[in-house]
Amino acid sequence: MTKLATVAPPRRRTGRESQKRLAFWLLLPAAVAVFGIIIYPIARTLIISFFEVESALATETPFVGIDNYVEALSSSGFWAAIGRTLYFTVVSTALELTLGMMLAMLLNARLRMRWLFRAIVVLPWAVPTIVNAAMWKGIFNAQYGSLNAALTQLGLTDEYIAWLGDPFLALNMVILADAWKTTPLVAFFLLAGLTAINPEIYESAKIDRASWPRIFRSITLPMLLPSISIVLVLRTVEAFKAFDIIYAMTRGGPANGTQTIAYYTYVRAFSDQNFGMGSALSYIIVIVILILTTIYLRMLRRSEMSLL
Amino acid sequence: MRNQRRNSILLHIAAVVVSILILLPFAWMVEASFAPQRDLVSRPMRWIPSEIDLSRYVEIFQGGEGSVGSTFRAAMLNSTIVAVSVVALAMIVGVLGAYAFARLKFPFRKATLLTFLATYMLPQIALLIPLYFILNSLGLLNTLVGLILVDSSLVIPFTLWILSNYFVTIPDELEEAARIDGTSRVGALFRIILPSAKPGIFAAMMFAFLLAWDEFMYALIFTSSDAAKTLPVAISEFAGRYTTDFGLVAAGGILAAIPPIVIAVIFQRYVVSGMSAGAVKG
Repeated sequence: MTKLATVAPPRRRTGRESQKRLAFWLLLPAAVAVFGIIIYPIARTLIISFFEVESALATETPFVGIDNYVEALSSSGFWAAIGRTLYFTVVSTALELTLGMMLAMLLNARLRMRWLFRAIVVLPWAVPTIVNAAMWKGIFNAQYGSLNAALTQLGLTDEYIAWLGDPFLALNMVILADAWKTTPLVAFFLLAGLTAINPEIYESAKIDRASWPRIFRSITLPMLLPSISIVLVLRTVEAFKAFDIIYAMTRGGPANGTQTIAYYTYVRAFSDQNFGMGSALSYIIVIVILILTTIYLRMLRRSEMSLL
Repeated sequence: MRNQRRNSILLHIAAVVVSILILLPFAWMVEASFAPQRDLVSRPMRWIPSEIDLSRYVEIFQGGEGSVGSTFRAAMLNSTIVAVSVVALAMIVGVLGAYAFARLKFPFRKATLLTFLATYMLPQIALLIPLYFILNSLGLLNTLVGLILVDSSLVIPFTLWILSNYFVTIPDELEEAARIDGTSRVGALFRIILPSAKPGIFAAMMFAFLLAWDEFMYALIFTSSDAAKTLPVAISEFAGRYTTDFGLVAAGGILAAIPPIVIAVIFQRYVVSGMSAGAVKG
């Protein structure tokens, strides 16, 4: 007596159905991780942003609707932080894109010991952000920093400058430190686009005796446009998120001079323990970034992305 | 012809200048870690150390309990455990998911892929508050397990994205031939796809490691003692505390930078292919 006979034989599924099942199981781990630690929390942040949560241990958390948003948007600290973030974004992106483009072309050129040059260029990108920040904090130190020492010994300045002591100057110095680490990343990104250009196009341009700036303007630049636009949006998103380097170099100071929006949000949420307000501010950043992501995806689709 | 030669010389000079600009700040940090304190604070500053001072490295490697050294060593161990676990987890989960995106047809494929990509764009700050509550209720605050979990979710969307872009480039025919010979889909994934996607795998592993090693915000908020503190947090703490002894901060910074630098230099040729897979396909 075997029960097997009563069990229906395994149903032969069509290929499509078995693919569906397999895809479900293969994606389950990723979905659980991303849902549990990203999607669920982000939804909860939205909910918290409508409540007044004035400490981590608060027992009473009254519903306040959009009050946190209204308060955020009407505070001068918020707009000052947005202004600094825009400055940080525009200046650092422009700097990193210009230098990155030059560096990418140099990386692509025929050089002796190119492998060594590439290994050197990779270096800043690999240095952890916090180490990079600590290093530049040391270089910019008003009393013992190597920048002041070098400038005075070269006779370029007479006295030591407090690089991180003035709000606006400090913001620019943070941008420089960020550019040292990030420009190589941008360059490698653009190099990936450069190496994809068919060399025959350049050959025929050379036969036509086209000048170097003309070749750059009418071949290199248009061919790199998809990479450039993606770098642009990615760097903008990164700038809106900038936190680590600011925390380690200036902690938002002096006089809030380097307090960009992500750092301002961190201060409102964790130093002031105002979690409702912190959540509302986070959501304002999320909305800005989602708009940027949409632009990013549009560009990807236009650049014949194979998966989309 | 002469023009070409002149151009080549100019390019080489440019490469040397760029290399110096890149190496100079780092070289100074290395120098500061070996120079005696009096050389660093003298005016004019002494660039070449009067003697080699190894005291910071001795402090870091041999400092007793409760010293900067013991905190640093604990952080080094924590960072290594976190980064290695995150790479392992993200690669397993990423390879499986990427295969599904690249090779299988299923409903909402595109929407799912876009959701994963969008999560990579979200700022960590927007997840901090609820994650703090969640980790707290699970008793995972200030534990390595908690940190590994939150860090892997940060890294998974990225590895998933790079790997699916890579798997798509592997010709279907290879896999079909194996399938006709009786290999299952999962067997084909391991025997055909993975070996042919080596550059993509290396690139994804390298990016995953660097992301995990560099992660700061979660580690800052979710860890509070040597039990789970990672290197970035330890470095930022003693950069705040030992403001006058830059040498100590420099020595710690160099040690923290060595693992990612070694990995990036070794896998340097996969950086470009990883970047192109991460965004535009050439």
